[in-house]
Amino acid sequence: MTVFNESWEAVIGLEIHVQLATNSKLFSGASTNFGALPNTQACNIDLAMPGVLPVLNEEVLKMAVKLGKALNANINSPTSFARKNYFYPDLPKGYQISQMDKPIVEDGFLDIELEDGSTKRIGVTRAHLEEDAGKSLHEDFEGKSGIDLNRSGTPLIEIVSEPEINSPEEAVAYLKSIHSIIRYLEISDGNMAEGSMRCDANVSVRKVGSDELGTRTETKNVNSFRFVEKAIQYEIERQISEIESGNTITQETRLYNSQANTTRPMRTKEYANDYRYFPEPDLLPVVLEDSFIKKTLEQMPEMPNEKKLRFVNEYDLSEYDASLLAADRDLANYFEEVTGESKSAKLSANWIMGELSAELNKENLNILNSKISAKQLGQLIKRIEDSTISGKIAKEVFEKMWSSGNEVDTIIEKEGMQQVTDLSEIESMVSKVIDENPDQLKQYLSGKDRLFGFFVGQVMKESQGKANPAQVNEILKEKLKE
Amino acid sequence: MALSDKELKEIAYLARINIDKDSFPSLKGELEQILDLFEKLNSAETNEVEAMSHPLNLSQPTRPDEVTEEDQREKLQETAPSVQSGLFLVPKVIEGED
Amino acid sequence: MKLHELSLKEQLNGLKEGSFSSTELTKHYLDRISSFDKELNSFITVTEESALNQAKESDERYKSNKALPLDGIPIAHKDIFCTEDILTTCGSKMLSNFKAPYSASVVNNLSSDGVVVLGKTNMDEFAMGSSNETSFFGPVKNPWNKKYVPGGSSGGSAACVSAQLASAATATDTGGSIRQPAALCGLTGIKPTYGRVSRYGMIAFASSLDQGGVLARSAEDSAILLESMSGHDPKDSTSLNEDVPNFLENIDSPIKGMKIGLPKEFFERDLPNHVKSSTKEAIETYKDLGAEIHEISLPNVDLSLPVYYIIAPAECSANLSRYDGVRYGYRCEDPKDLEDLYMRTREEGFGSEVKRRILIGTYALSAGYYDAYYLKAQKCRRLVANDFTEAFKSVDLILSPTTPDTSFKAGEKSDDPIEMYLQDIFTIPANLAGLPGISFPCGSHEGLPLGVQLVGNSLKEAQLFQAAHQFQEATDWHKNLPEVK
Repeated sequence: MTVFNESWEAVIGLEIHVQLATNSKLFSGASTNFGALPNTQACNIDLAMPGVLPVLNEEVLKMAVKLGKALNANINSPTSFARKNYFYPDLPKGYQISQMDKPIVEDGFLDIELEDGSTKRIGVTRAHLEEDAGKSLHEDFEGKSGIDLNRSGTPLIEIVSEPEINSPEEAVAYLKSIHSIIRYLEISDGNMAEGSMRCDANVSVRKVGSDELGTRTETKNVNSFRFVEKAIQYEIERQISEIESGNTITQETRLYNSQANTTRPMRTKEYANDYRYFPEPDLLPVVLEDSFIKKTLEQMPEMPNEKKLRFVNEYDLSEYDASLLAADRDLANYFEEVTGESKSAKLSANWIMGELSAELNKENLNILNSKISAKQLGQLIKRIEDSTISGKIAKEVFEKMWSSGNEVDTIIEKEGMQQVTDLSEIESMVSKVIDENPDQLKQYLSGKDRLFGFFVGQVMKESQGKANPAQVNEILKEKLKE
Repeated sequence: MALSDKELKEIAYLARINIDKDSFPSLKGELEQILDLFEKLNSAETNEVEAMSHPLNLSQPTRPDEVTEEDQREKLQETAPSVQSGLFLVPKVIEGED
Repeated sequence: MKLHELSLKEQLNGLKEGSFSSTELTKHYLDRISSFDKELNSFITVTEESALNQAKESDERYKSNKALPLDGIPIAHKDIFCTEDILTTCGSKMLSNFKAPYSASVVNNLSSDGVVVLGKTNMDEFAMGSSNETSFFGPVKNPWNKKYVPGGSSGGSAACVSAQLASAATATDTGGSIRQPAALCGLTGIKPTYGRVSRYGMIAFASSLDQGGVLARSAEDSAILLESMSGHDPKDSTSLNEDVPNFLENIDSPIKGMKIGLPKEFFERDLPNHVKSSTKEAIETYKDLGAEIHEISLPNVDLSLPVYYIIAPAECSANLSRYDGVRYGYRCEDPKDLEDLYMRTREEGFGSEVKRRILIGTYALSAGYYDAYYLKAQKCRRLVANDFTEAFKSVDLILSPTTPDTSFKAGEKSDDPIEMYLQDIFTIPANLAGLPGISFPCGSHEGLPLGVQLVGNSLKEAQLFQAAHQFQEATDWHKNLPEVK
């Protein structure tokens, strides 16, 4: 348990809103494409014209069922919708269709990996479907705001954790885990910067050992993993400081300011948040037949945890390596393809996590946009394994592949980078080096063992790096004995 | 059933309906009369009874995930009180709700 | 016989036989509307030009033998149904400038069967009322006596059909808004099973109670129109996925052996003698027709009024939140900030009855009161519905007076909300249970009509039409028409 200021602990719950990647909206047939001109993807249902009615998109049910399975949760059937009532210009009906009792997913958990390698189980209270609101734009309208309802009606699933998170680091680990899952399931692209995944943090503090929960605040407007961590840290410290100064914590919603790294209360009226939930009369209870659930689950991909375990067992990778590679579905697929080609899981893992990652990060690329394909990387590794090139030379080849896009054999051929493995050639080089360096030879023979490295270096230089290091070592050893 | 002034003000705010001072007392009286009607429900025995949200005992149909609506912005904004650059204009929004 | 005196069925036959054209019929009604409706105020919008165009197209179809099932019949739509590019006001200042961008499914269904639309009828604001006195467009007068109300909320539809300004009209019923005006105006009004008629495009008042239906001069006429309106609509999730039966199939079959139940809780009420006697006479007629009369009990039926006045306002408080001056409809002048926009738009755009119901509904759903009011009402609703399920195990139909009395004078009850609500004591239970109900004329008192109501089991509209039609074959009440001057 993380302790703050020597005697405090933090109790954190996260509410994550995930925008589901459907073609059409939750309750209307308008498009959900990003970036359209204002109000060109808002049909009469999205505008809450008099007389319109909602009709449910079947795809969201499949997505919710898969998510429920990945969260080790129960799928509720029947599941019902409810109206959450409040007034805001980006909420055309004056109520949001959401779920109250019997959300589609309930009582799950997620095992997260902490920095020290241990795992912690965080309960997931529920995940429910609801519609997104529109957007308000504030510039350019002299004292007015412009409302764009394109986003209004886009399907969301809200994932609510139990208040079992106890530090900003744990919060980020949980958030990353959710992020990985939704991308794996292809139900969302989980882009926090674009708003397809949003995180609100409920934070309270209490003295270590206390059973009572402190008053909590809700912090919004955090749009990256880093900011989530910082915002929570700030809020914990702020609350501790307030209490220690003799003040009480007000239950309120706060907004995070990333530039100042502070949170401040939102300006809303009291009693403004009585949402008056009641069952949605325009929608009937949703029944999920067993056959539907079964068929949907059959379409589920292997999830990160399972994949990680398989990587450890099948490829003999370390837990750390397996974890990293399994976290992202595309990366995992890439790894397996490379290994399939190269037949060496260990080398494949190393190259992906090393050189390849470095290049991708440098150019801010995603694995899917890698300039070296999985097959090509696999072939490079094959050439190391079959001793065509040395590991050191391979790095040069890699760089040339990245910049030119050429195949590995083409580059080796063209640049003449083949390893020298011909024993007689190496022997002659070794002899030459020994002959050319009589002083060092004398010193070595009189006990300066360190000079062995000098001879290795000279042979490598002589061969322009192409001599097979293992063979050089062996032959040198023999020759020097003489 | 009595309705306090405070309660009525709160409800009016939740419903975003301004009630002018003059109408306040008579409205309060009318609402209290209607609330008296509700007393009748107290005598009903409903412990084991399931709430009825729909007269139909059916389940929700679904529709395929297809885009079926095209851009109708011009038509739908014809009757809008205030529009600019395709956006609905309202007095400046200061802070966000959920 | 004058054209407007013909029944819808007779008009349809006349058009098919070529005795007259739709253009003639439509012009005839339009003339009557301009002569008589100024006083009655049953129409908010008369769509003269498009009506004549539709009539012309209908005549052409008859000529080329391509007539549609209801081709050329002039009807009116209650102004609660969205009609594309035509003013759709819901009787409210809030929508007094609103031209709907689409048409309701019901409107489309009828148009594809060839009806001619004469215009949109007046109604109580947002369908809340029983006298058509809350309309922003002024009250509607009862054609039988212009000092009296036509009932509501479908007062305009009732008045225009009763005054023979249209063959029939569409209407809606949430707590009795078709059946009560039918009784007060001497008409036949049908509210079908919940889900029979699509609510898409029917401006919502109370979603789990609203149903579209018909006001006409006979059971037969109303059945013809209802069949065209009904059917599954994928745009309405609460729409029944059942085939629409031929409502007229058994209409001529004798009802011998049909069991009719009389709820003792209704008949124990203190009612005026003329209501008691006309209902009794109706029962005798049914006995003569061979029906079996049984006393039944609906033990929880007295909970209906409070249940209704919690659930309907609760649902409407949310349904009417969209009227905020942002995307369409009325907007207050010079709102100084967002809150002012909402508060004043809604204060000015809504009438008092609507505001009362929104406030009651908001209260019933608010924190601290939800369990005691809304949830309790939903449970009591189940009790009321269960009583009907039980009753229908032993009877086919349930009979009662439609209203506690004949029509009342304009202004008589408008200051007393509860008095007004009591108009619906006999009609509300069917809405709570989602069951079909029909009202038809069974008497007259001091020049004002009286109606009797039959409620049927779920999906049994055909049986209701049959029983009402047989009654109308044996009596003449429905043939009485007010003198329109």
